[in-house]
Amino acid sequence: MIEPARQAVERALAAGATDAEAYASEDAGREIRAHGGEIESLTAATQRGIGVRAWIGHQVGYAFGTDLSEAGIAAISARAAEAARVADEDEFAGPADAGGSAADLQLSDPSISEWPADRIAALTLAIERAALDADRRVAAVEQAVYADSTERVAIVSSTGIEGEFERSSCYGYVQVLAEGDDGRETGLGFDLGRGPEAIDPVAIGREGAERATAMIGARKPESRSCPVILDPTVAASFIGLIGGGLSAGAVQRGRSPFADRLGAEVAGEALVLHDDGLDPEGSASSPFDGEGVPRRRTALIEGGRLRTYLFDTYTARRGDAATTGNAGRGGYRSQPSVSSSNLVVAVGTLGFEELLGEAGEGVFVTDVAGLHSGVNPVSGDFSVGASGRAVRGGELAEPLREFTIASDLVSMLMAVRAAGADARWVPFGGSVSTPSLLIEAMTVAGS
Amino acid sequence: MSGVIEPGVAERVLARALANGGEFAEVFAERNAGLTMAIDESRVEAVQSGAAEGAGVRVLSGGTTYFSHVDGLEPADIERAADEAAAALRSGRAEPRPLQAVASTPHQIEQRPAAVPAERKAALLRELDERGRGAGAEIAQFMSSYAEVRREVTVANSEGLISSDDRTRTRIGAQAVARRGDSVETGAETLGGHRGFELFDNDPGEIAAEAARKALILLDAGPAPAGSMPVVVGGGFGGVLFHEMTGHGLEADHIQKGASVYVGKLGEQVAQPLLTAYDDGRMPNEWGSDAIDDEGAPTQKTMVIEEGRLAAFLYDGLSARRDSVASTGNGRRESFRHLPVPRMTNTYIAPGEIEPEAMIAAVGRGFYAKSFAGGQVDPATGDFVFGVSEGYLIESGKVTRPCRGATLIGNCLQALMAIDAVGNDFEMKTGVCGKAGQRVPVGTGQGHVRIGAMTVGGTEV
Repeated sequence: MIEPARQAVERALAAGATDAEAYASEDAGREIRAHGGEIESLTAATQRGIGVRAWIGHQVGYAFGTDLSEAGIAAISARAAEAARVADEDEFAGPADAGGSAADLQLSDPSISEWPADRIAALTLAIERAALDADRRVAAVEQAVYADSTERVAIVSSTGIEGEFERSSCYGYVQVLAEGDDGRETGLGFDLGRGPEAIDPVAIGREGAERATAMIGARKPESRSCPVILDPTVAASFIGLIGGGLSAGAVQRGRSPFADRLGAEVAGEALVLHDDGLDPEGSASSPFDGEGVPRRRTALIEGGRLRTYLFDTYTARRGDAATTGNAGRGGYRSQPSVSSSNLVVAVGTLGFEELLGEAGEGVFVTDVAGLHSGVNPVSGDFSVGASGRAVRGGELAEPLREFTIASDLVSMLMAVRAAGADARWVPFGGSVSTPSLLIEAMTVAGS
Repeated sequence: MSGVIEPGVAERVLARALANGGEFAEVFAERNAGLTMAIDESRVEAVQSGAAEGAGVRVLSGGTTYFSHVDGLEPADIERAADEAAAALRSGRAEPRPLQAVASTPHQIEQRPAAVPAERKAALLRELDERGRGAGAEIAQFMSSYAEVRREVTVANSEGLISSDDRTRTRIGAQAVARRGDSVETGAETLGGHRGFELFDNDPGEIAAEAARKALILLDAGPAPAGSMPVVVGGGFGGVLFHEMTGHGLEADHIQKGASVYVGKLGEQVAQPLLTAYDDGRMPNEWGSDAIDDEGAPTQKTMVIEEGRLAAFLYDGLSARRDSVASTGNGRRESFRHLPVPRMTNTYIAPGEIEPEAMIAAVGRGFYAKSFAGGQVDPATGDFVFGVSEGYLIESGKVTRPCRGATLIGNCLQALMAIDAVGNDFEMKTGVCGKAGQRVPVGTGQGHVRIGAMTVGGTEV
């Protein structure tokens, strides 16, 4: 894809841009959905496209398209230059500088192409089967899904950046229905990796079944303030929100609860957070970021203190800092903006039983809902729906549903008392690896 | 209207899709173009122009859907997708029926956004910015966005249907941040329609003022109450409550998988007789409207709840085929890269008879959820959660102080049955609904409604 990207940069300069950058990608993907022992759908698709940023002085514009013919690329580049003319001047706007060396990462699993459709269909059916066989209270499987994709990305800029990489990813998940005395319960099981060999269908099915059956007979807890343990899937969602607040873009525009807190105490000592764009297991890893700057590992919260924000080229210039290689990109259809790559929470020393013991009396939260509507990203205040289990005398007790947990992101971080010993990669809230977290106190609202 | 692909090309594609058998084949072709921009820190930025064209081909055989999509509309591209979709099938050739064009009437667009100079769109954002920032000294920040998209689509299938639609949607949004000391609050408002630039004929700056008003009010907010109490829900975007807690459970795919609390409840009383609700994909120029759905079926007005009784489910072609009924015109997809699934269009609770003030006056202590930030439901269990963006305490029949950070949580069967008043006011609002990884524009609407008891999740225990 380097050739169309080169062409796009040339055409943008010819259309009047003073600088230009092109991001070209192509990907091939498959998805299988199973239900009731049958394959419900099988999708095989290819996509390719290009996104062009054009600068005219300090004005910047963006355009993307799917037509990669010579005329098509010229049209996209011309539209990018046109878009730049509409934008207001911004003294910090400009392309990334070339430099630094990009890591040589193996991000692609060739086994994807060795697994034909019937083999991944069998894997998907095995996920469903495992869920149904796991517990007699499992009534049905809403759906079992497997998907994989292999993408090739190239970035070229007029400042001399030129790079290309290939990356694959795949995941499987299941949504399980369990029959309770007073209605149905659902449970999600999932696994992810770079290729189908990394996916364990039995583990996915069992997890979904366990989560669904564990909720049978759930009731509302009493409203109170108490210790709360977040399981890794829930902790990951919150860590994702915190990553958003640590973006220099949000901070510079005064829209982050972490603004003006650099170097300050923002978390309990037990919470250590890194952004790691090079972790071989992280699904967001890549040799360079969305504008061609080498990825790296950055300490965000250590010793309870906020060490740095996440920067891309624009926010680094504006904040008189260096880019941390955190220009994120949702594909050729979106222009780069600061975002976390893989957020990694350091594991602690306590096993799950010990975490429960530390909590004593409280709530173990296994699922949250309404994160997109229940969190104020500017102030960090949140109130979200939750379900899970009661913790009594340091042990798991009855299932709980239909309650909310409320706090604000900084208070929650400050209240982290312990991190569990077992971390897990979770695709919610971006790409996050985290253990369970014990929060000293949160407001639980039920009956 | 002329389509995105020629009937001759569609016929060839359908024949190839059925080359290895199958009961049904379909090609969905699309050409789209859009422009978005934003204003932040009083600077017009993020100007972005996008265009895409491509097609998706699906074949149904037994219970399985085979699907493939490609970028590009060259006949060779689309035929490649057809071959890919057919690749996993192993039977003998099936013959598609000859295509018969079905006329459709796209919604009327008075002023095509693409024909309006980009400078005028930037000027519109500057106007919003001025209005929002002028709303009060405590407005610390203000952002607005503009988006236009035109989607031309043609769908053809092996049953002989070929139909086209030409859809233009335009939308603006405003978000204000108000600050007083350590207190930071946000307010947001949107305006959108299946319309052109004429959407902005009537004081578009109003949404900026409204976003700022919401943020400023919250500066005086105290903590939200926690516990079970009567809740009055505001009109307009309050309709998202019905969309989430009931609408999704009526989508036929959830029903057929047993993953809805409404399974087996058709004809039963699921709400008080004062409640009647519709899904209507035909409302002229409404945000969730189209002339045809994404399978070529005409959109329609479906009464889903009639005086409290569950009256209908929402079908796409595949789920309708399974139940041997007709599609209700609810087969929608985000783009040619997605399979159609049953989706709502514009969903609303029909106006009732009571004045909103009278509804509130009858509440001793309760909560007034005037507007939501959004919500989420698990259709299988019926558990839902909503984030309240503007909420107030109700004390002795009067709306008193504003509350920050409230969430409504409950189960839809109980909550729907607990609606004991429907107001005589009515308003439609725009939303973007996510399901199965696809986002589609939906309208939500209602007047004020009151729920007898619901859990409010705040911080004040």
